[in-house]
Amino acid sequence: MSDFETVASSENQAARRGPSGEPGAPNQVGVQKPRSLAGDAWRDLRRNPIFWISLVLVTVVTLMAIVPGLFTANDPQDCVLSRQNAGPSGGAIFGYDFQGCDTYARAVYGSRASLLVGALSALFTGVIALVVGMLAGYFGGWVDAVLSRVIDIVLGIPLLLAAIVLLKRVSTAGPNARITAVIFVLAVLGWTTAARVVRSSVITAKEQDYVAAARMLGAGNGRIMWRHILPNSLAPAIVVLTIALGTFIAAEATLSFLGIGLKAPTISWGQDIDTGRIHMRESSTPLIVPSAFLALTVLAFIMLGDAIRDAFDPKLR
Amino acid sequence: MFRYILRRLLQMVLAFFGTTLIVYALMFAGQTDPIQALAGERPVTAAQRAYLTEKYHLDQTGVGGFFYRYFDYVRSLLQGDLGQSLTGRQIGDILQQAWPVTVKLALIALAVAVIFGVTAGVIAGIRRASIFDNATLVLTLLVLGIPTIVLAPLAQYFLGVRWPVFPPTAGAEPSFYALLLPGIVLGSLSLATALRLTRTSVAENLRADYVRTARSKGLVKRRIVGIHVLRNSLIPVVTFLGVELGNLMSGAIITEGVFNIPGVGFNLFRGIRTEDGPLVVGFVSVLVVVYLVSNLLVDVLYAVLDPRIRYE
Repeated sequence: MSDFETVASSENQAARRGPSGEPGAPNQVGVQKPRSLAGDAWRDLRRNPIFWISLVLVTVVTLMAIVPGLFTANDPQDCVLSRQNAGPSGGAIFGYDFQGCDTYARAVYGSRASLLVGALSALFTGVIALVVGMLAGYFGGWVDAVLSRVIDIVLGIPLLLAAIVLLKRVSTAGPNARITAVIFVLAVLGWTTAARVVRSSVITAKEQDYVAAARMLGAGNGRIMWRHILPNSLAPAIVVLTIALGTFIAAEATLSFLGIGLKAPTISWGQDIDTGRIHMRESSTPLIVPSAFLALTVLAFIMLGDAIRDAFDPKLR
Repeated sequence: MFRYILRRLLQMVLAFFGTTLIVYALMFAGQTDPIQALAGERPVTAAQRAYLTEKYHLDQTGVGGFFYRYFDYVRSLLQGDLGQSLTGRQIGDILQQAWPVTVKLALIALAVAVIFGVTAGVIAGIRRASIFDNATLVLTLLVLGIPTIVLAPLAQYFLGVRWPVFPPTAGAEPSFYALLLPGIVLGSLSLATALRLTRTSVAENLRADYVRTARSKGLVKRRIVGIHVLRNSLIPVVTFLGVELGNLMSGAIITEGVFNIPGVGFNLFRGIRTEDGPLVVGFVSVLVVVYLVSNLLVDVLYAVLDPRIRYE
């Protein structure tokens, strides 16, 4: 980010001097350190309540996925039919569902599969998007033409419909194979937006002086792409991927809701919402609790990405 | 313009073959015993087996045989013959029955998006950074962030079961009133996007030179906004809504399934649940075609609506 930083910080210094034009005005405390773009963004983010709310939510849900035992002492697989739709008692603060399982414990343990699928699909999406976007943006010409058409075609495939067809192939697979299949499907269908973002930021970055300087110093294509352009085009991609993580979690839940994503014994919010929906007339908490968990998690990731993008986008400032 | 349409058509044909090939390959190729898969868990007699082998050209093996069967499938798809579902009904008949309901639902959703989304978007764009603007931004973020599988069952529970304002399910031959709640749920996502698009483009156009000219001519604000700004701001909204109509037709799987509306999405929902392979493939193929055609129409419409856009 070094070149970005120097440009941004020189502008900031000029702005900070203000009307007096003196660099070390008395009301400014401490040693003057040039502020970077990231520093500016951080200053904006710190004052944004939405950023803090979503960050706390993301942290809590991540913690929940890693150590669910911290949040509930009950076993989500311990289901006794005699407690069917029973009210809150003991550790089960939201009561029991149709199968007599602890509603709250199931929602807590459900975060693991959702976050795993979301994070890994976002990771793979990021890798595909970086490779495709980098090649298309850096080389241009026929490479760009071919890759852009591929992006167009994949973007033209409706995600849900394609996922339905792809996942029907593994309808009898075991739980781990299912998780892998869902991640694979989401990554294969969902990388296009991020690839376009990477492509456009690579196109901007490759025209910069530091790239010309690196080339003059004898750096090859690989080194320029890896050491100079990649770090400078990573930030927008990370923002897009944060938002994508949220949408992937929603997509996984939708597939599980339809009965083609994750299946029992894997616990997932989508399935629980589906069973809760069917029995909503007898008891509504088994529908509302996983719905709330899912909605808050998806919202948290989308809001986090939104807040970071707003802070990094100088046009909106 | 003509060349542009031609190029887009070629691209669409490419996308059509690409998608149907993927759909077909994934559904039917590489199966160990497609005839048994077609029959489900029922036993297959030797006569049936021989009949099906000949009917679907399964005696031809290898890559050549695969493409032979694929083109067979595409040919019947183009002729409008979608084959039979596992229940024995013609898929074309099921689709014909389901289509009007889905179109009705999609139009309600679109009307909701246009009436509320565009109106609120214009107000938010004019009064930028006001309380109304900030409130709509937060609300649209909520709507965009909450998945349909949360929104639809909760709307059904709260507005259909807990406080029975709307009928909770639609059933066969649904009335307009029964379709209203599902239409709102389905349209809320497009509503949020349409609102944000309108807001941004109204706010942008209000700063344009022609607005300043109109103001200095002494035109009243209502005329400036209603005639000059709106006409220019709605171009991206119209294109978005066009794409969205295609999306709504295919994207109603969850909403139709939850509210029990016998449309295209509902049949697909049921087809997935009952593992009805031929029905799923037939429906998905048709929906992909609808999606591609609506995208093409929108791109052409865009060029007609906005003369500034020139296609070589």
